Amino acid sequence: MTPEHTPVPAPRRGRALRARPGRPPWILVLPALAGAAFLVLPLAGLLVRAPWSTMGSRVTEPEVLAALWLSLSTATAATLLSLLLGVPLAWLLARTDFPGRRLVRALVTVPLVIPPVVGGVALLLVLGRNGLLGRYLDAWFGVTLPFTPAAVVLAQMFVAMPFLVISVEGALRGADRRYEEAAATLGASRVTVFVRVTLPLVLPGIGAGAVLCWARALGEFGATITFAGNFPGTTQTMPLAVYVAMQHDPEAAIVLSLVLLLVCLAVLATLRERWTNA
Amino acid sequence: MAPTDELPAAPEPALDARLCLDRGDFNLDVELRARPGEILALLGPNGAGKSSALRALAGLVPLTDGHVRVDGRDETATPVERRPIGMVFQDYLLFPHMSALDNVAFGPRCQGLSRPRARERAAGLLAHMGLSEHVRSRPRGLSGGQAQRVALARALAVRPRLLLLDEPMAALDASTRIDVRARLRHLLEEFDGATVLVTHDPLDAMVLADRVAVIESGRTVQQGPPAEVARRPRTAYVARLVGLNLFRGTAEGTTVTLEAAGNGGPGGSGGPARVEAHEAHHGPALVAFPPRAVALYPRRPHGSPRNVWRLRVEGIERFGDQVRVHLAGRPSLAADISPAALAELGLTRGDEVWAGVKAAEVECYPG
Repeated sequence: MTPEHTPVPAPRRGRALRARPGRPPWILVLPALAGAAFLVLPLAGLLVRAPWSTMGSRVTEPEVLAALWLSLSTATAATLLSLLLGVPLAWLLARTDFPGRRLVRALVTVPLVIPPVVGGVALLLVLGRNGLLGRYLDAWFGVTLPFTPAAVVLAQMFVAMPFLVISVEGALRGADRRYEEAAATLGASRVTVFVRVTLPLVLPGIGAGAVLCWARALGEFGATITFAGNFPGTTQTMPLAVYVAMQHDPEAAIVLSLVLLLVCLAVLATLRERWTNA
Repeated sequence: MAPTDELPAAPEPALDARLCLDRGDFNLDVELRARPGEILALLGPNGAGKSSALRALAGLVPLTDGHVRVDGRDETATPVERRPIGMVFQDYLLFPHMSALDNVAFGPRCQGLSRPRARERAAGLLAHMGLSEHVRSRPRGLSGGQAQRVALARALAVRPRLLLLDEPMAALDASTRIDVRARLRHLLEEFDGATVLVTHDPLDAMVLADRVAVIESGRTVQQGPPAEVARRPRTAYVARLVGLNLFRGTAEGTTVTLEAAGNGGPGGSGGPARVEAHEAHHGPALVAFPPRAVALYPRRPHGSPRNVWRLRVEGIERFGDQVRVHLAGRPSLAADISPAALAELGLTRGDEVWAGVKAAEVECYPG
């Protein structure tokens, strides 16, 4: 505003001309700021307490690298398998109407709400060496899953796949089905419609679901330690390594945590870039 | 139901369909026929069932009863993807992740053509539609008219025997409609199968179609060439669309006694209104004349007009460069007069005025 002292309040420029949007009320702003601080401060704490002087040598320790590699590879494998099974499952839930569809949908989301440790126990009961299915895997094929990297992947899938299914199902429900009708009038079979029209249309939703799924798999702890154990090099993923390190060497735990944090941020940033440009 | 006049007498219509849909609160029962190369417009208000009829022809909604025959072959039970149809949807629904070329090549690819052959056919169609420069464009980079032509090319690329267009002009803004409509008409004329297009705009129906079927509340209320429908509407809805005053009555020679609609109004001389027409008929009849044929007088006119009524002014509104005066009485009608005439008459709501129409302006036809 201009500090002129003209007596007439002639049309003033700037704020005065705009309708005031109103100040956000404190009763909302204060809790919002507290919430943001609560989420950001612990991460800042990690940075402050990190042993920066020895960081270089600690990060390249073979145990750290092994845990990191195991985490990244199992989380990625779990995500790919979840895509393979979860996208068709989401399609079935969103696009078809079969008896018990609502029940199936409810059951699929159960792993979202039960404690992961319980999931690990359940997996052990079914796929363990003496489990309902595991005993036949062992007897017929000589395959034992528990306490192997494969078990890590299964534990992660069990916990993370529902995120993907829910996300893709939502995207499918939100997609304009008339495009599928248009494809059908052009002679496309249901499979062709799915592959060439539906999938490309919901690709952003699938991408978002896959990222959620991957992040959840990467952070998986409870089901993994129960079903796959905690063996360095074979089943000790980053979260398990952090937990173990915390017992005897908190500085190592900080280093591992920072590495995990950094990897997550890097992956999310790259993927975000790709999907927003697509 | 009105009689279905002037159905084509060809031995084998390209389209012969009876579409019955029953969805509880909505009920559709229409018969549609079209000769090869003929363009049939389904005209009707929103919710009349014309889009449902089109979707039923495509196989997108199952029929409760009836049949769909295309070129004499029964397609009633054929699933959508194997019907010999091409459809242009309301918002065109071009696949946003494909180029114009791939959109058009999609259908031929689904029919089993190799990718190069499908693209060749698509490129040929797009070139024919004047879209050679837009072959690589994504749908969102196309104008409304271009998108419409890509959608038409996509529908024609599967070599359909029945072409279906759902509100093809609705997605366009008013400034481009005239050009696009003329161009669409030109392109549709080249198609040798039957075409069915759905519209709520009488102008689209008049310009694009060879024959118009008016659908109201799930029934065909009138069918005929556009000029015939425009000149001799059969329902109040059609009359309003084409801008005519329409009355139902009984003819005795050139005099038609109108049904007492709405118990008459004030100013009537007690009995039902009569209209003099220039054609003689006997029995139930419809009478139509345009609002611009109505002249208004402050006093009872002497001389030429054969029809004179004393009516009350209900409302006055602008109508293009004319003024439309709504008059109540026996009969209630609309009159279009010039602003100057209005000023001279000094009319306001509630005034009484004399309205006259020459018999030569009055169409009379069996009702």
